Amino acid sequence: MIKHWDPSAIDYETDYGTPAPQPEYSPEYAELPEVSLFIDGNSLKVPAGSSVMRAAALAGISIPKLCASDNLQAFGSCRLCLVEIEGRKGYPASCTTPVENGMRILTESGKLAALRRNVMELYISDHPLDCLTCPSNGDCELQDMATAVDLTEVRYGYDGKNHLQAEQDRSNPYFTFDPSKCIVCSRCVRACEEVQGTFALGIDGRGFDSKIVAGQKQSFMASDCVSCGACVQTCPTAALIDNAIIEHGQPQRSVVTTCAYCGVGCAFKAEMKGNQLLRMTPYKGGPANRGHSCVKGRFALGYASHPDRVTEPMIRDNINQAWRTVSWDEAVNFAADRLRTIQQQHGRRSIGGITSSRCSNEETYLVQKMVRAAFGNNNVDTCARVCHSPTGYGLKQTLGESAGTQDFDSVEKADVIVVIGANPTDGHPVFASRLRKRLREGAQLIVADPRQIDLLNSVHVASTLHLPLRPGTNVAFINAIAHVIISEGLEDDAFIAQRCETDAYREWKSFISDAKHSPQASAAITGINADDLRQAARRYANAGNGAIYYGLGVTEHSQGSTMVMGIANLAMLTGNIGRAGVGVNPLRGQNNVQGSCDMGSFPHELPGYRAIGDDSVRAQFESVWGVELDPEPGFRITNMLNEAVAGRYKGLYCQGEDIAQSDPNTQHVQAALRNLDCLIVQDIFLNETAKFAHVFLPGSSFLEKDGTFTNAERRISPVRKVIEPLGGKADWEATMALSNALGYPMNYQHPAEIMAEIASLTPTFAGVSYQRLEQQGSIQWPCNQDAPGGTAVMHETEFVRGLGKFVVTEYLPTSEKVTRRFPLLLTTGRILSQYNVGAQTRRTDNMQWHPQDILDIHQHDAEDRGIVDGDKVEISSRAGATVLTARITEQLQPGVVYTTFHHPESGANVITTDNSDWATNCPEYKVTAVQINKVTEESAWQQDFQQFSSKQQALLKDKLSS
Amino acid sequence: MPEISAEIEQNAALLEIIDSHKALEGALLPILHAIQQRFTYIPDTAIPLIAQQLNLSRAEVHSVTRFYSFFRSTAPGKHTLQLCRAEACQARGSRALEQAIQQRLGIGFHQTTADRAISLEPVYCLGNCAASPSIRIGDTVYGGMTIERFERLLSTLAIPVVEAQS
Repeated sequence: MIKHWDPSAIDYETDYGTPAPQPEYSPEYAELPEVSLFIDGNSLKVPAGSSVMRAAALAGISIPKLCASDNLQAFGSCRLCLVEIEGRKGYPASCTTPVENGMRILTESGKLAALRRNVMELYISDHPLDCLTCPSNGDCELQDMATAVDLTEVRYGYDGKNHLQAEQDRSNPYFTFDPSKCIVCSRCVRACEEVQGTFALGIDGRGFDSKIVAGQKQSFMASDCVSCGACVQTCPTAALIDNAIIEHGQPQRSVVTTCAYCGVGCAFKAEMKGNQLLRMTPYKGGPANRGHSCVKGRFALGYASHPDRVTEPMIRDNINQAWRTVSWDEAVNFAADRLRTIQQQHGRRSIGGITSSRCSNEETYLVQKMVRAAFGNNNVDTCARVCHSPTGYGLKQTLGESAGTQDFDSVEKADVIVVIGANPTDGHPVFASRLRKRLREGAQLIVADPRQIDLLNSVHVASTLHLPLRPGTNVAFINAIAHVIISEGLEDDAFIAQRCETDAYREWKSFISDAKHSPQASAAITGINADDLRQAARRYANAGNGAIYYGLGVTEHSQGSTMVMGIANLAMLTGNIGRAGVGVNPLRGQNNVQGSCDMGSFPHELPGYRAIGDDSVRAQFESVWGVELDPEPGFRITNMLNEAVAGRYKGLYCQGEDIAQSDPNTQHVQAALRNLDCLIVQDIFLNETAKFAHVFLPGSSFLEKDGTFTNAERRISPVRKVIEPLGGKADWEATMALSNALGYPMNYQHPAEIMAEIASLTPTFAGVSYQRLEQQGSIQWPCNQDAPGGTAVMHETEFVRGLGKFVVTEYLPTSEKVTRRFPLLLTTGRILSQYNVGAQTRRTDNMQWHPQDILDIHQHDAEDRGIVDGDKVEISSRAGATVLTARITEQLQPGVVYTTFHHPESGANVITTDNSDWATNCPEYKVTAVQINKVTEESAWQQDFQQFSSKQQALLKDKLSS
Repeated sequence: MPEISAEIEQNAALLEIIDSHKALEGALLPILHAIQQRFTYIPDTAIPLIAQQLNLSRAEVHSVTRFYSFFRSTAPGKHTLQLCRAEACQARGSRALEQAIQQRLGIGFHQTTADRAISLEPVYCLGNCAASPSIRIGDTVYGGMTIERFERLLSTLAIPVVEAQS
């Protein structure tokens, strides 16, 4: 029987031994010529370039193997996969032998069996015989292969020289390396290289002395290891194994779900034992991660079952009282009464809500629905306000849709990759691994960032260009790049003529041609060497495929929206849009920040970015929701806070967000929160914001509910419930309860019904359903009649807005200027091991990597101030002051200091100011003028914080039960 | 702070060596050879410098230094004595010579005499098979080696003399 290979038939649970000759998800795969061959008498056709091992696996024949895995290049070291090929001498390894037409292969014979058994005997003669008590028992490839080759005896005995006493490395909190169980197949070394791109592992010694080592024969923790788990994932024995498996044994069941950390949206298998989550293992079927993971998603899970979880609803009359635990009914009725009283006293618009970018699409949708339908106003906003709101605005203006243009697979086809204001190895680690893989294949890297980010130091990547610009000068930089492209005639005239608005382009062109945008002129502003800048412009413009990836270093500025439009201009100018390998790619921060934006979490937009002021749009929602909607846009978070300080805004429902820590100018936020008459916080922990709350509704983690998250590539992925909500209700059920208490009925039985309503009201989601998600695994919106399976690459033949629009992007310096009083610029960012405000990761062993926020300062600035490594320093700005520990570094340019905001007591946002993006009010986190001084004690704010925090903890501890 | 300045000096020397070989294709081995030539071994501190300059990882560089037994991670004695254990030398009695030399020096392979005068290393062919058995001291290969000749050779290596000459 002839078997034709169908790429869609790939089984993600099967290891095919070697990678597909082209990734099976890329169109080229289907076009590869087919090769006909016979394996064990079966005739089959497989794509040219497949290995014999892969061909056999595709035909359902599994050849014994140990060193091969289909996410690693063939290595040919274990000598177990030998086969016989008619007309060839000897016994070639099937993993390293490519298929040829007419090949006749035998995978089993007496001779092969003897050879394989002999090899296994050698392995087993130096392997502990403790299978029954080994944590890998039942999930061990070595054990499986011993069975597969019929190993019955080991003629060599066990008394010879061996490695059985080798010392374990338990330095990593999440996994153990036990060299006594290692067979030195190098899969871990290769996974660290090929999959993760860190190259932290190697082999020490030769022959019998060969031993896997981390770094320079160090402990894993002391080496370059970033704890991504790729080595643990690929190890065929128990040599590298999760501590959770050592402690609790093998999982009993698993459910495919979506990671709740960053905006990459990796697919994982949640592996369970009873109701206990043992571990998360990356799922090969996830298109965002393709089987890879990072330290957060793979290991940092402890928060979900942490004793700090608050699992009962609580209320109190004021924030100086102890909490009182109450029933759900009492809590939501208490909240509803207060909200209605406030509205009676202060008007309909005196209350509002903040949706969560960590909750599901369905949950976010319900919160905005409740605000609009039950509160009767449009005071709804989300944390995208403080991160990617300029992306939404800027891309809508220029391209017509508020989202990134590509999928992550696209990076595999990019030739020149420009990274602006992003730090992917820390913020989006799994995507960074995919990006670095492409760089190792020869793509060029250009980084525009004030810091020397780690991506620039990628192993085996030679062609990098760093443009270290001064914080706050992005627009001057992007204009200069465009100026070079125009002045050197490198623009794509055909693309512009065909795809873009002519008048707007003409106007933009005359603007950009002005000599003030020249590399020399802008060098004075940006600090970027003019030659380097020209070089970068030429590389990007001349690239076959030029792709731009950017992060919060673009958006969190007073000109964030301008910069986003500048990036879109550049992509249109060079025709780098509308196909794989190019595009404008915002790296979104939180797991569902794209989704929360899509779901209408903005005061001026209903789901699908449709204007609340548009009568016909509003009418559609009114008919389905059965209420009249307020046509006036509501308050943004910033307005809510200002109004609260002014005493006109009195009630807030805040779901899964911690504005008291994450938003700028903390003292202003706190003043606002103290002024509220009713603050309802729904979260899994008593976070910083909840310390000011009157009602606490227990939130549910991503393990406790069904729903969907949408990642940075517009991919809607399923989140599946593996345990019941600890607090008794999933977040969507909590919102329903509150809405019902307010008198606006909501009666969904399952999030699938909510998604059906979303699809019925949102043209870009029209084809989305749980049924389709089950079939496809995930869907990239737009998904509707025109694109029933979803859309990987947007703007392919025309822009969503029809013609692309060039927008004039005048550079205006921020008002946040350095002065004699504040001579340094502070910029903020994040680190690999911690996530956002740290509420989750601070409650895991990830603390071992980043126990506190540190202030990075350049040697030069440190010397001026007599600061040495480890000194306590006060950072003061116009907004406030806080004290951190200093670290001297050369990753920064002189004049710039840097810190992270993962720990509340650091108060990084006490220093950041009220300055914000002109279009969207996205705060200018990335530029704050500061002064640094050596001090001996914490700042006044920190002392107040400690006092207030411990008081609130006590009020939680002393909570009264009713 | 003499230690710190010595470290800075060593780093500068290492960087100079790396820099002068960096442009070669497959620069790692030439760099390792040059460093060992200069320092008699590969200092641990050289590994991250090489890694950074060649866009490699520390683990990769470390693995290479550990694959080739020629590269040392600690300083050898004044003289390195390589004793050939390959087939031709064995056929001409190198096993007996090996035992006699080890006994004479009081050390085994990969060890250094207590006075740090001589380090003994096995080697598998010095390319001098016609005059087996062979040993090599420093850069000089000596064929037709016997324990008596070795004794005489040893007396010429008297450490003070060598120092006086240099």
